[in-house]
Amino acid sequence: MLYFIEQFLNGIQLGMLLFLLAAGLTLIFGIMDLVNLAHGSLYMIGAYFAASFAQLTDSFVLGAILAVLATFAVGIVLEVVAIRRLYARSHLDHVLGTFGLLLFFNELVRLIWGPAGMTLSLPSEMLNAVEILPGLFYPVYRLVIIGVTLAVAGLLYGLVMGTRLGMLIRAGASNREMVGALGVNIKVLYTLIFGLGAALAGFAGLMQAPILTVQIGMGENILIAAFVVVTIGGIGSIRGAFVAALLVGLVDTVGRAFVPDLLRVYLSASASASLGRSLSSMMIYLVMALVLIVRPEGLFPAASK
Amino acid sequence: MKMTTIVPAAALALFVGPVVAQAQQQTVKIGFISTFSGPPAAIGNDMKNAFELGLDHHGRKLGGLPVEVIYEDDQLKPEVGVQKTQKLIESDHVDFVVGYIWSNVLLASLKPLVDSKTMTIVTNAGASQLAGEQCSPYVFSTSWNNDQTPASLGLYMNQKGVKTVFLLGPNYAAGKDMLAGVQSTFTGQIVGQELTRWPDQIDFSAELSKAREAKPDAIFAFYPGGIGAQFVTQYAQAGLKGHIPLYTAFIIDDLSLPRLKDLAVGIASAQEWVSDLPNAANQKFVADYKAKYSSSPSFYGAQTYDAVALLDTAVTAVKGDLSDKEGMRKEMEKADFASVRGGFKFGNNHIPIQNFYLDEAVKNADGSYALRTVTTIVKDDQDKFHDKCPMK
Repeated sequence: MLYFIEQFLNGIQLGMLLFLLAAGLTLIFGIMDLVNLAHGSLYMIGAYFAASFAQLTDSFVLGAILAVLATFAVGIVLEVVAIRRLYARSHLDHVLGTFGLLLFFNELVRLIWGPAGMTLSLPSEMLNAVEILPGLFYPVYRLVIIGVTLAVAGLLYGLVMGTRLGMLIRAGASNREMVGALGVNIKVLYTLIFGLGAALAGFAGLMQAPILTVQIGMGENILIAAFVVVTIGGIGSIRGAFVAALLVGLVDTVGRAFVPDLLRVYLSASASASLGRSLSSMMIYLVMALVLIVRPEGLFPAASK
Repeated sequence: MKMTTIVPAAALALFVGPVVAQAQQQTVKIGFISTFSGPPAAIGNDMKNAFELGLDHHGRKLGGLPVEVIYEDDQLKPEVGVQKTQKLIESDHVDFVVGYIWSNVLLASLKPLVDSKTMTIVTNAGASQLAGEQCSPYVFSTSWNNDQTPASLGLYMNQKGVKTVFLLGPNYAAGKDMLAGVQSTFTGQIVGQELTRWPDQIDFSAELSKAREAKPDAIFAFYPGGIGAQFVTQYAQAGLKGHIPLYTAFIIDDLSLPRLKDLAVGIASAQEWVSDLPNAANQKFVADYKAKYSSSPSFYGAQTYDAVALLDTAVTAVKGDLSDKEGMRKEMEKADFASVRGGFKFGNNHIPIQNFYLDEAVKNADGSYALRTVTTIVKDDQDKFHDKCPMK
């Protein structure tokens, strides 16, 4: 039972990281109708900024705050310089353009920080496990990720549901032309949303940096999972992204933890080990396929377009 | 079909080779394949640095001939590795190919090397197939067979009274070899094992939870390159350090140590080379490397540095006639040079027969960290696959 809870927490924690990445993606995709493959690059840049600023300031928290601000700034500049020119074009052009940006950022990071990758060290008090239930130890930092992401999700919900900017964002998701026709400066709104998405991606990158990695191309694998989350959750829906991220995180972790053991009941050890591994890496796509069959718009589609 | 293309080429080489050697001052052309992009670039650069230092120590000449080295990046991908290998052989016409970190990249590249009879020195990858049925007269290794390092750790765990162990490693050729290596010598019980996705899985939370649940006396892990450092960090964060001891192969080395620092102290590793081995060649290598590059060499570098000396014996023995592959092979089989690991012999399969040491990270008085030899686990160890190699 304790083992089950531990794996459950692992799944939640992965889901939280995916949510941070998917929230920005779904905003940009849903409201601006832009397919942004460079989202993973912003995730990478956030991690590199955090590692550099933490080194400069000697503080993890200060480094993290500066990194989020810096990634926000990079997002704004990127939108004004490049992304803006893509809105009027087709999705295929978006894919081509942002894929080019992805390659550009990989090379830029190689030029600035070198090919070897960086390390973001944690303060020593986060470098351990706590006993959250009798006999159940869990890494402090992974609990921090869960807690901080819940706070960010709450803030984001407040922003979208409770502020004027949020109202415009929601309105933009339902009917872009009408928002523009009502005299809202859509250009500035889009720039802000892109910056917000970038900051969220950068935040996801820096939160995972101490336990996973800071390296070139680090955002590319996880971006695929983030697109799965956006698709399951419903394009443009923050709530959908949250639920779908938890679902994907849990399915992936539970798949890795339990599927090979379950198969062992029916199959030989070696067959179940290899089949289990392939099956568990397919699980999130199977879930996506199922959701798309039952609800083609995703679990929580943003108001109809 | 293949034979018709190879035979005339070989005949031509035999015919043209000596003529060229006499006609002009020849250069020794070496193709060097390693990983120079992504986080494993740290390994590739260490190998390149050690190779360059070795060439410096030989006056940038091998057997009296000037040297030209072409460095190629395999990007950690077997399909890129084989393509770069073919390029070196077919369009650069190199005399030697040196390098290969990854077993899967080596296995993909082996066929063009052997088919073209290119003299090759593998300086890290230790795929068991190379030691066994796919051994070749033209391919030598200055490293080891994959399972030797973990097998020596298995012996060490027996000595330490470990009764149960949980095994973790990546799901590719070397990962499977490594886990099999522990199993071959460890006499206790293996209570569980996990092969994780390679190279993209970097979060081991589910696997570490499994290991904790199995309540073993020890955990054995193999994760090469930067991922090893992440593994140790996550092991420590999970609160396992101090509860379940970790025995590692290719995780704690001179490249990961500056990143891991205190996290690495107290974790057991095995290797065929440690920077403090007390022989003159090694002391010169380590001191000059530190002076030239302001960092410590790793075993990857040490193995590659040895390759330079081995190449030098080969070119010297044939007096610069690089078409005399038989002559070079016979000379190289003697391993007649001062290895930084303190001397070794080649087995019939061209894999070294050598000692394995237990090493441990220590913190120096000045706050830096270094690896120290603790004990010799096994002397003159030969891989188990040499019987399968048809060469005698």
